[in-house]
Amino acid sequence: MTTFLDRLFGRAQSGSGSKAKERLQVVLIHDRFSLPPEKMGELKAEILAVISKYVQIDHESVDISLEQRDRLTSQIRAEIPFVAGRQVADPDEDVPDFVTTSNPAEPPPSDQ
Amino acid sequence: MAGKVITVTSGKGGVGKTTTTANLGIALARMGKRVVVIDADIGLRNLDIVMGLENRIVYDLVDVVEKRCRLNQAMIKHKQFPNLYLIPAAQTRDKTAVSPQDMVNLTNELRPDHDFILIDSPAGIERGYRNAIEPADEVLIVTNPEVSAVRDADRIVGLLQSSTKAQPKLIINRLKPEMVRRGEMMSAEDVREILSIKIIGIVPEDENVIPSSNNGVPVTLNEGSRAGVAFRNIARRLNGEDVPFMNLDENQGLFARISRLFGGGS
Repeated sequence: MTTFLDRLFGRAQSGSGSKAKERLQVVLIHDRFSLPPEKMGELKAEILAVISKYVQIDHESVDISLEQRDRLTSQIRAEIPFVAGRQVADPDEDVPDFVTTSNPAEPPPSDQ
Repeated sequence: MAGKVITVTSGKGGVGKTTTTANLGIALARMGKRVVVIDADIGLRNLDIVMGLENRIVYDLVDVVEKRCRLNQAMIKHKQFPNLYLIPAAQTRDKTAVSPQDMVNLTNELRPDHDFILIDSPAGIERGYRNAIEPADEVLIVTNPEVSAVRDADRIVGLLQSSTKAQPKLIINRLKPEMVRRGEMMSAEDVREILSIKIIGIVPEDENVIPSSNNGVPVTLNEGSRAGVAFRNIARRLNGEDVPFMNLDENQGLFARISRLFGGGS
């Protein structure tokens, strides 16, 4: 909302100027890091898939976004709330015990 | 001291590169600097007509590169400032007639006898752009406070980052303070924040610019023009002076009017 004081001393925050800035900031991160929106979509889906192996994600409140730090570095900011209650299946449970618990065969000792 | 090569570029066309080059050339010459402006937009010659020198072209940039004339034969002396020269682009050739190395050789030949060599780059990021950028000591990116121009400017900043050039500086052209105040245009600070590069000048929209081009007399020679003042300030900054940014809000608003009544503002 633009108040009278905003109009008098500053500029409106609701105009198309701030919309332009927001849209540019998003598109330039994709441009600069060669990470188009569809790739970002895949990345989000994979992050969520991994986390949901361990906990019950509250999908309604998930917020994963790219934030620019400076021209050359960006960061992924993720808010992924999860809920108590339902037990999530042990991610390893389908895997036979002998694969996960036994050590892989050690390479033959070398004489060198 | 060897002259400095400054390239004016933008990515997007139509943001005011040629107007900027012409005005900075004139403003630096008016300060007594020895200046050459080069139109690197081969095939789309324009700097000559904006500067009012279109009737005096005999040889052009491609003639020099292909050795059909000596360098000084292609240098057109400005009518009013004998220390200002234009090397025009060829109109009937294309960008491949000149190579980046040709531009380096040409500017190296000009450096000993001139203080500033300004190159007006073509739009885009292809050969013509690379010709204009290759010899540059400093790059000025012209943009407008508008989404497509800022996005293209960002592309140029990215390209320059992967080269060895000094950090480019930004000129925000055609800013409309009144629209910024209403929130309908990005402010200079918004654009600076998005591109995260240093601003060397903010040029307000000014109805004097088009008549100036019509007459072939760049607007910086018009004492009453605010764009003209902005260009003169940029020229002084290029010359190493510390010049504060002009207050674009003057003439508008009750407070500015009252403060001017009492001798405030400038």
